[in-house]
Amino acid sequence: MSTTLTTPTGTAAAAQRRSASAFGPKQLIASIPAALRKLDPRLMWHNPVMFVVEIGAALTTVLAIAQPLLGTSGGPTASPTSLTFIWSIAIWLWLTVLFANMAEAVAEGRGKAQAKSLRESRTSTMANRLADYDEARDGGAENAALVRMPSADLTLGDHVVVTAGELVPGDGDIVWGIASVDESAITGESAPVVRESGGDRSAVTGGTRVLSDRIVVKITSKPGETFVDRMIKLVEGASRQKTPNEIALNILLASLTIIFVVVVLIINPIASYSHAAQSVPVLVALLVCLIPTTIGALLSAIGIAGMDRLVQHNVLAMSGRAVEAAGDVTTLLLDKTGTITYGNRQAAEFATVSGVSTKVLATAASAASLSDPTPEGKSILDLAVNLGFTIPEQAVDSTPVPFTAQTRMSGVDYADGSQVRKGAGSMVLAWVRESGSLDEKVAQETDRIVTRIAEAGGTPLVVAERDTAGVASVLGVVYLKDVVKAGIAARFADLRRMGIRTVMITGDNPLTAKAIAAEAGVDDFLAEATPEDKMELIKREQKDGNLVAMTGDGTNDAPALAQADVGVAMNTGTSAAKEAGNMVDLDSDPTKLIDIVGIGKQLLITRGSLTTFSIANDVAKYFAIIPAMFVASYPGLAALNFMHLHSPASAILSAVVFNALIIIVLIPLSLRGVTYRAASVSRILGRNLWIYGVGGLIAPFIGIKLIDLVISLIPGF
Amino acid sequence: MSTTWSFILQLATLILVLGLIYRPLGDYMALVYTSKKDIRVERRFYRLIGVNSGSEQTWPVYLRSVLAFSAIGVGLVYLVQRIQEILPYSLGLPPVEQGLAWNTAISFVTNTNWQSYSPELTMGYTVQLIGLAVQNFVSAAVGIAIAIALIRGLAARKSTTIGNFWVDLTRGIVRILLPLSVVAAIILIIGGVIQNFSGFQHITTITGAAQTIPGGPVASQEAIKMLGTNGGGFFNANSAHPFENPSGWTNLFEIVLMLAIPFSLARTFGRMVKDHRQGYALVSVMGIIWIVSAALLTFLEASGSGTASQLAGGAMEGKETRFGIAGSTLFATSSTLTSTGAVNSMHDSFTSLGGGLAMVNMMLGEVAPGGVGSGLYGILIMAIVAVFVAGLMVGRTPEYLGKKIGAREVKLASIYILITPTLVLVGTALSFAIPAVQASVTGTSMANTGLHGYSEVLYAFTSAANNNGSAFAGLTASTPWFDTALGVAMLLGRFLPIVFVLALAGSFAAQDTIPTTAGTLPTHRPQFIGLLIGTVIIVSALTYLPVLALGPLAEGLK
Repeated sequence: MSTTLTTPTGTAAAAQRRSASAFGPKQLIASIPAALRKLDPRLMWHNPVMFVVEIGAALTTVLAIAQPLLGTSGGPTASPTSLTFIWSIAIWLWLTVLFANMAEAVAEGRGKAQAKSLRESRTSTMANRLADYDEARDGGAENAALVRMPSADLTLGDHVVVTAGELVPGDGDIVWGIASVDESAITGESAPVVRESGGDRSAVTGGTRVLSDRIVVKITSKPGETFVDRMIKLVEGASRQKTPNEIALNILLASLTIIFVVVVLIINPIASYSHAAQSVPVLVALLVCLIPTTIGALLSAIGIAGMDRLVQHNVLAMSGRAVEAAGDVTTLLLDKTGTITYGNRQAAEFATVSGVSTKVLATAASAASLSDPTPEGKSILDLAVNLGFTIPEQAVDSTPVPFTAQTRMSGVDYADGSQVRKGAGSMVLAWVRESGSLDEKVAQETDRIVTRIAEAGGTPLVVAERDTAGVASVLGVVYLKDVVKAGIAARFADLRRMGIRTVMITGDNPLTAKAIAAEAGVDDFLAEATPEDKMELIKREQKDGNLVAMTGDGTNDAPALAQADVGVAMNTGTSAAKEAGNMVDLDSDPTKLIDIVGIGKQLLITRGSLTTFSIANDVAKYFAIIPAMFVASYPGLAALNFMHLHSPASAILSAVVFNALIIIVLIPLSLRGVTYRAASVSRILGRNLWIYGVGGLIAPFIGIKLIDLVISLIPGF
Repeated sequence: MSTTWSFILQLATLILVLGLIYRPLGDYMALVYTSKKDIRVERRFYRLIGVNSGSEQTWPVYLRSVLAFSAIGVGLVYLVQRIQEILPYSLGLPPVEQGLAWNTAISFVTNTNWQSYSPELTMGYTVQLIGLAVQNFVSAAVGIAIAIALIRGLAARKSTTIGNFWVDLTRGIVRILLPLSVVAAIILIIGGVIQNFSGFQHITTITGAAQTIPGGPVASQEAIKMLGTNGGGFFNANSAHPFENPSGWTNLFEIVLMLAIPFSLARTFGRMVKDHRQGYALVSVMGIIWIVSAALLTFLEASGSGTASQLAGGAMEGKETRFGIAGSTLFATSSTLTSTGAVNSMHDSFTSLGGGLAMVNMMLGEVAPGGVGSGLYGILIMAIVAVFVAGLMVGRTPEYLGKKIGAREVKLASIYILITPTLVLVGTALSFAIPAVQASVTGTSMANTGLHGYSEVLYAFTSAANNNGSAFAGLTASTPWFDTALGVAMLLGRFLPIVFVLALAGSFAAQDTIPTTAGTLPTHRPQFIGLLIGTVIIVSALTYLPVLALGPLAEGLK
């Protein structure tokens, strides 16, 4: 048995994973078998609230069966005793448990579907293991002996050769060579990516296909513990552990359950003194209505759905704990390039020196950029066109001068001896000075423009030309701007309202960094950042009690990823980085960090809101059941029955039915999560208190009344 | 003057006076418990008991000190009652009977001051002074010490200790309770409360009848009885007795004494956690519940039904005319909301719903403002639960004052909340469930049959488990069942919660403080105040509604 994937179906799997499977009656019905299996008390035991309901359901069923045999000799009670009533209660109690199990089964079902498509696509593959690999002498393993073996037998530290067309037999790092790899099985992205030894793009994942070239891979995972294996386990929820907040909430729910058990147990001793003793089914009904069944039923579905939402965002969390921690994050470390800016600089302005027209500068700059393949070069041409200038034709006899690290200039030499150059200020000025024709005033003016642009966070490109006579002159400066992504400042403002500080990490000098930081609206920045600086920053933030989230891909990011509370490794990164982080972003999009925080918060908000709803519901249920229980003995208590429910029997049954149906009604919400918008804490709390607190007080009054209207039509109620 | 105006004027006076006291008293108490200096008498005492006042205790050590100290207290009070005969100033009274002595010892050590006896006919001056009065001081000081320990836990960062119980206890007595009660006693004496050692005086009235008039050091007892939210009266009639509470204004003054420390502790809290807004939020919650409850009780009593009530302008049965409806309802509300349990009117004679409300006041868990110390730690526990649910609703691991509310904290807070209702409900249910007990309860103890009799029993357990000590006067509680069961309820109702409060204090102290950001749930805004009030009410309403429905509600909605 091997653990690799074939590519074609893998793509389909990933595509399926992306589309959030809709929730409807079909899923609900499909979940019934699983829900029935979950009725096993040994499984129910893990959910104390629903376990109590199950015991109550069983007890009521036994009483319903026993009643015709024993007669109604259970002693004088003030509560309804008809057989229809008891059976109705018993059935609806079972339905309550079943609905709870269905909620969990539906949530798990979505993950199972994803896991199935991943697993289906597994096939066995053969690996070419190098018997004795010597990296130093024979890096390409040209002469080493190959052993053909099943990929499942590979172990940690083995070296394998993978050539074009073959599947990578296991997770590992490329130690030699470069190849283009199709990773669609994992990421769903069909465009191949380049992987090469050394550096931060060296990791390959088992099951991906090498499309070109030949690489030597060092296996870094044990069989059965590969990335795909972990992915399957995660989406299946097999390795699901309760998160800290979930544990805390469970404790609260359990203690509420205990107190209501006490409340219900002491009713009869007291009520019998008042000749208002209640039958067991009624007491069970009251208990089930009071204990927080709604949240108890949906709690695990909410947790599973939270992980699932991450998977739909193509992010794999290694634990539920990490998802929860994401909601708590107070400091976000964001890499400038790719997250805050588009990653390449674009020409934004032609700044001329006095005596030169913009047209002359634009034409010269364009000429120097005609054969410049970089995005910066292209953007100069774009700017010229946008400003309405015509771009000169590339002369046939011209010689392009490419950029080199030594000259730090590029440009073009014409056959007639004239030249155009663009490049770093000091180098271009030196080039002009060489021809002995540099006007010091112009030099000073150029310097001023260069400084202005640098201070604004841009990159200045000085443009100069040398005419056929060999006289050189400065024409002006092209302002290359690091373009901040549209809308990013607004997102940071949202984050700030949510109490999250953003820190921009960049290799730029402090001056440039400061300007971009101001434009993007981040709270702080770390310029000329080294991995050590990053680590230092994380530790400092954590010492102040902050929770830090960051993204990273390189091996030298690994310590920082491990140190951060939420470390999102890019899938393109090294396996060291992926190992260190607690999440992997399959799309390798660092901007997603912000979404991850949102998902974490939404998970907690959904739990809190449904807890509030569940507890608020109790008030209405009391008003339905308490008068129904005691009105026979104390007619005055009818005053509490302001819903005017039909009869005690229908009132109690209505409350039980409502209690069961509300679970089904809320399954979609618990899977989707409560609507979450970035806003101030008071706003969010106010909104949720209104909807789930006040709504939770009112909704059951309406629901119970409506159900009562229906039940009152049934004979016997 | 109509009841409404009388109520509004008295309420306004109380709010004004308490408002004036709030800052200076709260700040002073904060100073007392944070000061590094000991005064001479304290140093001498520390040397005597061998305590190093500079050393701090971990929470288990702090707890052991509290429990040991209280156990010794129970032993001593029991002993002096049992050897009353041979003590001076015993007024010729015999030793107190075993069951009653145990019940009374617990009652005073737990700050409940439930009295199953007529004090003037049972306890001589010595027992009253060295037994009961001493406990009035120390049990109150213990309560404040626990609250201070919890505040320290919330204010501390990565600390293993939560203060030194012996220092907190000593300072509470020496620097707060003693000086304040001396001042209060003098004011009460001026107001006409008696203070003598003259025993029983036999006089002949104008009509020629012989009368025995008891005397005693009443003013000094009265001061600490109110100030320490104790509530145990010198006389059976408690604050309804003219020697304890002679006039309308002493009545108001006694209400102020009950409320002064519990309300002001919110300020102490605000000062010690370095955020006064947090204190104002808590005092608002306490104040709003107190005002609304008092208004509601006044309304219920003023509109009491029946011919007699209408003729008297309200349900005047069991109330003193010198206090009127408003003076009685304000006193009753303050007494039942503070765990004082003193009465100036008979709650048993209140209207059914009014009596029920007095019970509800206690069922709220004595948090508005609650007993000295116990009120503050009670409301803090409620705040923790409210913060937990609300915190989840804003998408963060819940935190209060920068301390995370994790599984351990929720567990401790939940158990705290479970304890008192369980004691009340189980105690009441057992009174009717065990046949022999039921015979004794319904045959001997209940003054009334039916719903009202049941309400008396429910009231007794509510009062005992919440350490209030007030009674629905009809109940004869000096039976073996009530002496024992109420004793257990008082003991567990006091010390089990303390165990969990101190554990929480330790757990918070050990945590580092998370910085406040815009993402932190603010716990000082009106929104949170509303949320906390809602939590307090919903938690107790859900727990007690069925038992209330069978008693006061069924009776009142007849």
